[in-house]
Amino acid sequence: MDDKERAETLKAATSKWQQGADKIPAGKTCKAYSDCTTSSGIDVKLLYTPEDIGEMDYMRDLGFPGEYPYTRGSQATMYRGRLWTMRQYAGFATVEESNRRYKYLLNQGQTGLSIAFDLPTQLGMDADHPLSEGEVGKVGVSVSSLADLEVLFDGIPLDQVSTSMTINAPAAVLMAMYIALARRKGISADKLNGTIQNDILKEYSARGTYIYPPAPSMRIINDIFAYCSKEVPNWNTISISGYHMREAGCTAVQEVAFTLADGIAYVEAAVKAGLDVDSFATRVSFFFNAHNNLLEEVAKFRAARRMWARIMKDRFHAQNPKSLMLRFHTQTAGCTLTSQQPDNNVVRVTLQALAAVLGGTQSLHTNSRDEAVSLPSEDSVRIALRTQQIIGYESGVADTVDPLAGSYFVESMTNRIEEEALKYIAKIDDLGGAVKAIERGFIQKEIQNSSYQYQLEIESGKKVIVGVNKFQIQDKPAKNLMRIDSALYEKRHKELAVMKSRRDAAKVEAALAQVKAVAGSDANLMPAIIDAVDAYATLGEVCDVLRSVFGEYQPDASF
Amino acid sequence: MEQKIRVLVAKPGLDGHDRGAKVLARAFMDAGMEVIYTGIRRTPEQIAEVAVQEDVDVVALSCLSGAHNTLFPKVVDLLREKGADDILIMGGGVIPEDDIPFLKQHGISEVFGPGTPLATCVDYIRSHVKREA
Repeated sequence: MDDKERAETLKAATSKWQQGADKIPAGKTCKAYSDCTTSSGIDVKLLYTPEDIGEMDYMRDLGFPGEYPYTRGSQATMYRGRLWTMRQYAGFATVEESNRRYKYLLNQGQTGLSIAFDLPTQLGMDADHPLSEGEVGKVGVSVSSLADLEVLFDGIPLDQVSTSMTINAPAAVLMAMYIALARRKGISADKLNGTIQNDILKEYSARGTYIYPPAPSMRIINDIFAYCSKEVPNWNTISISGYHMREAGCTAVQEVAFTLADGIAYVEAAVKAGLDVDSFATRVSFFFNAHNNLLEEVAKFRAARRMWARIMKDRFHAQNPKSLMLRFHTQTAGCTLTSQQPDNNVVRVTLQALAAVLGGTQSLHTNSRDEAVSLPSEDSVRIALRTQQIIGYESGVADTVDPLAGSYFVESMTNRIEEEALKYIAKIDDLGGAVKAIERGFIQKEIQNSSYQYQLEIESGKKVIVGVNKFQIQDKPAKNLMRIDSALYEKRHKELAVMKSRRDAAKVEAALAQVKAVAGSDANLMPAIIDAVDAYATLGEVCDVLRSVFGEYQPDASF
Repeated sequence: MEQKIRVLVAKPGLDGHDRGAKVLARAFMDAGMEVIYTGIRRTPEQIAEVAVQEDVDVVALSCLSGAHNTLFPKVVDLLREKGADDILIMGGGVIPEDDIPFLKQHGISEVFGPGTPLATCVDYIRSHVKREA
């Protein structure tokens, strides 16, 4: 039989089987428990056969791990060489308490740090700012100056850990503090490993911690790219994030599309600013969500890798293979956690984490079961970390690279997600790119529509959430929740006053003036910001200077 | 003609998580109410001012940062100061159950946690709105 005959035989056999299956009452083939569509509204068929991936070309569409188009993975050996980095996002209250939690996590076998900052920090406001009241230390640790960072990383060898910082609008300032801290410890910047999120576009479209308008924000990002490519070459200078858009309610397809569209915007802006694409694109990283639909999620990660490789090659003509490689961090989907029957969340997180691993993630955060109602307790964090360790050390899924490749369904879904996401990217291109699409509210509107749709499906029972709209019980109130003392605001007030009284005021003033001068010029902001934070200028002071030059972003409040 | 219930959906504090707030805003609108959404990162002062200016019947507060115990009662106090004590004030977000009695003592009529059906919130407004609709 030749290939053509084989294909025809298969087609006839499939059609015959399908006719037989069609006679089975619908209730027995599907819809007993779900509507058999994915989060992206893709209909899932009863059966997938080679016909569904008929056009696929192994070398063109899959290739080998560590090779273009990276569908099968970004490294050749993937987890055989080293498991993914188990990186729990953590930080709360004071720098002292967070430092203790980091040391605890490192002692428990965690391999990288991930710093959660509180909202004032994320918004470039000091802990003693009037709007910080009630917020200090709540969703992360409060950092207002280098003095805080010194305590936060006390006893942690900066040249031996990799540190990820979820910081966006003020990313340049925190990066500067980290570099200044390393210098004081005698560690040169080229020995530092880690990531700053530094992804402002998704702040406008989903996450909300923006400060300046898009244009100056993009300029700051370019300055970070340019500076770090020379001085901090092992640092991931951006983590382009679909995570928060997914949390805000978009679908898997939209997550890939909007994230890569943001990625295109950053690369375009940097190239336009005169940077050589390979000088910074090797340090671009990504951050995705791992949601409930296990196989759609696996396909999503694979599609994203292939799409980015093609985008970087075809659109931007990147030469360095590392520029084509989509490396990503994953976090399980916080929005799927239920406050009802919270122990069920452990199971959800396990499945989501499995999707991330089967999808080839480079690092992973697993959520804790109690996060629908509060910050996680130490017990819950340990179970979340153990979940990753069980997947890594016991399940065997890490033993071979991209184990689901070749599955008719997974390959078909990978193709479909790519197709659908490319349509969105074309639409965003038509609107003038991601920045314009955000300014016009396009991406926000798409996310809002999906999230409302999702909620209506839960309301109608079309989508089942175990313990919420089906299989409910009367829950007992959650016990042993983590609480943050609201008196922190006053405590931090005093600490900042003491710190300010000890620093060299004239030096701070001069350094801030320099930041202002550079902000108004075309020069790179990083050296001036490093000097300022090194003189103990606070985060709020540096950001205020930048606010005075750049202004603040004013969104519209549609829903 | 029957007057529509006017609802202000508001985000006090610094968190940007407004998925729930926006979904509720739409649900209230679909239920025939008039809805104003403040957008994220509003101060209690700004929220109280808009509530009075827009003459709303309901203020629905959403906070996911953990700052609810500080911010929600402030909105209540400011509305009382402005003589708008006939506005129904409800809250939602990531709020531990232990905090609910405190919030209720401070003028929040009801607190709706994650997973609450939209219809529950809509029905609550319809049956508890204080002003003559």
